[in-house]
Amino acid sequence: MSRQRSEEMPHWPLHLFLLLMVGITLYPLLWVITIAFSGGQSLAIANLPADAGLADRLRAVVPWPEHVSTSNFRSLFADQPFARWLLNSAVVSAATTVLGVFLASTAAYAFSRFRFPGRRAGLMSFLVSQMFPGVLMMIPLYIIIVQWLGLGSSYIGLVLVYTVTAIPFCVWMMKGYFDTIPRELEESALIDGASQAMIFFRIVLPLAKPAVAVTALFSFMTAWNEYIQAATFMNKEEMYTAPVGLRFFVGGFSQQWGYFAAGSIIAAIPIMVLFMFLQKYLVSGLTAGAVKG
Amino acid sequence: MAEVILDKIRKAYGENVVIESLDLAIKDEEFMVLVGPSGCGKSTALRMIAGLEEISGGTVSIGGRVVNDVAPKDRDIAMVFQSYALYPHMTVRENLEFGLKIRKTPREEMNRRVDEAAQILGITEFLDRKPKQLSGGQRQRVAVGRAIVRKPAVFLFDEPLSNLDAKLRVQMRAEISRLQKALKTTTVYVTHDQVEAMTMGHRIAIMRLGKLQQVGTPLEVYEQPANLFVAGFIGTPPMNFIPGTLADGGATVVASGFRLAVPESWRAATARHDGKKVVLGIRPENIREEARGGATVQVTAKVEFVEPLGHEVIVHGRVGDDLMVAKTDPHRSPQMGMDFPLVIEADAIHLFDAATEQRLTVS
Repeated sequence: MSRQRSEEMPHWPLHLFLLLMVGITLYPLLWVITIAFSGGQSLAIANLPADAGLADRLRAVVPWPEHVSTSNFRSLFADQPFARWLLNSAVVSAATTVLGVFLASTAAYAFSRFRFPGRRAGLMSFLVSQMFPGVLMMIPLYIIIVQWLGLGSSYIGLVLVYTVTAIPFCVWMMKGYFDTIPRELEESALIDGASQAMIFFRIVLPLAKPAVAVTALFSFMTAWNEYIQAATFMNKEEMYTAPVGLRFFVGGFSQQWGYFAAGSIIAAIPIMVLFMFLQKYLVSGLTAGAVKG
Repeated sequence: MAEVILDKIRKAYGENVVIESLDLAIKDEEFMVLVGPSGCGKSTALRMIAGLEEISGGTVSIGGRVVNDVAPKDRDIAMVFQSYALYPHMTVRENLEFGLKIRKTPREEMNRRVDEAAQILGITEFLDRKPKQLSGGQRQRVAVGRAIVRKPAVFLFDEPLSNLDAKLRVQMRAEISRLQKALKTTTVYVTHDQVEAMTMGHRIAIMRLGKLQQVGTPLEVYEQPANLFVAGFIGTPPMNFIPGTLADGGATVVASGFRLAVPESWRAATARHDGKKVVLGIRPENIREEARGGATVQVTAKVEFVEPLGHEVIVHGRVGDDLMVAKTDPHRSPQMGMDFPLVIEADAIHLFDAATEQRLTVS
């Protein structure tokens, strides 16, 4: 059947379509890279003269820099406080990941293994909380974090906000994985003499590595890329996270697109590295429980 | 070592009663098999001994100590699970050591015990492998090894052989029996396979729907089944059950296709049930193509189905209105549809009250 069809219909239209899609996806990225390495701050690739011809206009939309320079990258660290902002992002993201994974895994274990009043209600409320847009929480969160707790422009404040936002998803993710770990393993450990804590840390958690990797990556990425809440809670310039800092470059009074592009590229690197590092866990983590064995 | 005593234990999940009241005394060094169809409560009973299941009523004692409120780890037991329950992220050696490490066994002692257990079970060369690199039989050995390194007072086995293929099962059956004989550790073994029960157990406890049906040595339950259930559960192919009526003051059983003179040994019991409906039980091996001596009854079976097994042939035939299964010589195997003469060995019959399903007794 399939052979017949492939004889009737050539592959090239499909491939052409896919190439077009790849182009549409890559074009903005190439533009960003071009601006980052252009050495200038302009959003345009080429400055067109008033009487530009067709060739000039074409050159203006092809993402290729007129001359390559790394000055944007250098001055990002030399002249701008970008290193500090990266550090802020790293601290907040790392703390969110550690705290989020710890709280989510322990909570998920309880939801998976124990039967207690409010179990169903708790799980459902986690699910329901995911159905509202996050912006809805901005004002209450601001009042709690900044006005009541006085944690504005602090690491702890932002980490708290990120952790509570990430936990519902992480709990569901990890509960699903814990459910697939046979209970007999724990019973066996119980008879072997292990305490509940020992069973969790030495048997269950090592077996749940794929789920831990997924939740860790999710927590880290959410915290690393998040803009709106960071912009709300981090008012002092030296406490900006990387996304807030990037926005600072192209705010109302400045149009430093070169810094913006260079900073974006640098900020993307840690996530890419993390992805590659955790790739093998991610695949098994997301399909966990799909097939037996 | 220790004896295990279940005294009127009861298990209920809310309204749902799984075990009404179970009494069972397992002697020191004994190999006790709990057997029964699925859902009979045998695993639940075992898990109550292990402490994995709360006891709703009654007491469990191990070595003279009531353990109802003792944590599993303090009951001095080791358990082998049906799924083996090996820790997948640990090597075989780490699996064997896990329980010892937790109990803070000194390093040399731990090495000695692990090596000894590995030697006994023939898994020395796999000690550095992970469970997933082992075959089913090897995993099973590791699971048994994990139980024996701890040198517990009681071994608990929960259907440990059901995940193995038939050949390996026969082999492991013998190995576990031999091991138990050597270690002399009190053992409670749960299975749904009556062959395992018969071949391994010193005594067998047969359960059904949460109730104990009979406890006895394999030969006792085979030769003197207490009721219809036990009679039908133990032995393959299962015992023939033929409805009949006692007549002549209990001296004759009248079935649809034949009359059988009740042997002397049964007369005292049958005399009290004269005229009553009974179930006549005859094992297939006691229905033959020729007599071996002793009282017999000649019948003619209309052959419906023949199963040749090589060393014998299982013949399914109809005698009167009743279906009868016989074991016959393979060289004289009948054809389907033909009339085949058979003899029933009257001395080997069992008689059960049709109403109560209990074995007929004098009392």
